[in-house]
Amino acid sequence: MSETTLGGIAGRMPKFLRRADPAVVTAFACIVILLLLGSLYSRSFLSPEYLLQQLKVASFLGVIATGMMLVILLGQIDLSVPWSVATGAMMACAAAAYGPVGVALAIPFGVLCGVAIGLVNGIGVAYLRIPSMIITLATNAVAQGLMVVYTGGFSPQDSATAAMRYLATGFTIPGVPNAVIIWALIGAAMVFVLTRTSFGRAVYGIGNRERAAYLSGIDTRRIVLIAFAVSGGLSAFGGVLLAGYASKAAQSMGDAYLLPSIAAVVLGGTSILGGRGSYLGTVAGVILITLLQSILSVMQMPEAGRQIIYGVVIVAMLLLYGRAPASR
Amino acid sequence: MKDWRYWLAEQRGTLLAFGIFIVMFAIYSGNHPAGFTANVVQTAANKGVLLAFVAMAQTLVVITAGIDLSVGMIFTLTNCMASWLVIGTGLETAFGVLAVLGTGLVCGAVNGAIVIYGRLQPIVATIATGAVFFGLALLLRPVPGGSVNEDLADFLTGRFFGVVPASLVALLVIVLVVWVPFSRSEFGRAAYAAGSSETAAYMSGVPIRRGKFLAYTLAGLLAAIGGLFLTFFTYTGEAAYASGNAYTLFSIAAVVLGGVSLFGGKGSAIGAIFGALAFRTIGDLLFVFDFDPLWQPLFQGVILLIAVSLGAFALFRVRNRLEWFL
Repeated sequence: MSETTLGGIAGRMPKFLRRADPAVVTAFACIVILLLLGSLYSRSFLSPEYLLQQLKVASFLGVIATGMMLVILLGQIDLSVPWSVATGAMMACAAAAYGPVGVALAIPFGVLCGVAIGLVNGIGVAYLRIPSMIITLATNAVAQGLMVVYTGGFSPQDSATAAMRYLATGFTIPGVPNAVIIWALIGAAMVFVLTRTSFGRAVYGIGNRERAAYLSGIDTRRIVLIAFAVSGGLSAFGGVLLAGYASKAAQSMGDAYLLPSIAAVVLGGTSILGGRGSYLGTVAGVILITLLQSILSVMQMPEAGRQIIYGVVIVAMLLLYGRAPASR
Repeated sequence: MKDWRYWLAEQRGTLLAFGIFIVMFAIYSGNHPAGFTANVVQTAANKGVLLAFVAMAQTLVVITAGIDLSVGMIFTLTNCMASWLVIGTGLETAFGVLAVLGTGLVCGAVNGAIVIYGRLQPIVATIATGAVFFGLALLLRPVPGGSVNEDLADFLTGRFFGVVPASLVALLVIVLVVWVPFSRSEFGRAAYAAGSSETAAYMSGVPIRRGKFLAYTLAGLLAAIGGLFLTFFTYTGEAAYASGNAYTLFSIAAVVLGGVSLFGGKGSAIGAIFGALAFRTIGDLLFVFDFDPLWQPLFQGVILLIAVSLGAFALFRVRNRLEWFL
């Protein structure tokens, strides 16, 4: 009965809404509700300055979540995000200390370190068939160990280069922060790769059933390896941007990005089991999470309350539309 | 039929973990400046049982082919709670202990309810509940502090008859009271069956839901016992994010070392306990060899990486390439 009602409503909706994933629509609806709730609290929530500022903060999470989404689409997960972010940031800042050449190579070097972590993950998952949850936890621990040895347990003293600061905080187009442009470019590239290339189709195929993808002639192991390397690289790039934003790297700077990046992808309607999801949903998820964090901090909610509300909201939203089918 | 061969095949992981632990501990105590004395054993036991409890908790969930990424946070939350409640007269302390253990049960039950009846993926669900548990811990202890009934704490972290570490005895008691009855009960078998093949278990009318729910709930209880012991060792409560996360991570490492299959249905908590003790001993090896403590995280990470890569040897037995994909 409920299905016919839904069909009736859908029949009267415009075409683009009818074709949209209900999860993505729900996520966008929640964004609007959050903004309305926020505007009841303070009028400045609807001002363009505030919204742009939020987009800028969201773009760091957006870059990291892009990589996470690629891995989740495969039906895997990347738990090495925290220290990939920190490694990218620290190595970029460290390279900056080595004269002009170091300054020029700071960003690529930071990203490459992330790619290296991702490659280890990818080899473990694709070729050694270790569950991704485990191998990425292990590489996270190793990356942490390396960084602790490198920094001596303290936050490194090297600071970010001017280029990193410009990417994170500068303005190329007046009014639009560079970070937002970068996220838009990476997002556009991701949409292109996922929908217009054989690599993207292979990712969805592997996420649905790796065995079938392998039998249809896809080199599934290479695809998985590349996806993890891209994820590591994007995490590290997110770290580079964050270091530019804060103008230095810090020990636990990546810790705050693991849960949000997974939550953003999953809230955006991407199945955690892989094979299903759209980038638009991830964008919605990233904005939703950033707004939630921002509103909680504007309301001067203490850290404890923020963590609790945050966890509860994620569970509640997943219960709304992220449930697995019943085993009948 | 030769029963002992089946038994050996079934317990291979546990025995391997036991072997690793014995070798590591022999190297450790052999090179320790004080040698193999009751004091050294007591200190090692006190550090080891914390992880052993959390690893047992993780085992229960992993057996059902799930994962609980919130065990470290339940551990932290109960630590903070115990630093408020486990204090005062004998009766007050007893109520405090019960309240702490009850909290652990509730946390575990919440995880179980969300995963089983809410049908969410355990990995995402427990990351989110872990955030909630950490938030509660932070609410209880915004800054480290509190205290604990020191008589009880000293009793449970000391030695019986001057030789036997009390914490090891406590661990043994918990194994006998929680793990043995669970693994031999109908629900324990259901948990194993659900981890082995949920569809087949469902078709055979095994109570998989109740079995899994009990596994998650008892995991919360075991993590709470770990949190209680942490309070006994440190006399304080602290809502430390990094330490909670580290315990979650190490519990997975201990489970893998202990021969518990992450795909579910295989392994035992006994193996995970030896895995935990072995992991702790490996971490402490650095100290007896006078390394800079800065290297410890890297060393533990590499051990973890090697431990999880060992599973890859099974690939050599694969005849058909399609078996790569589970």
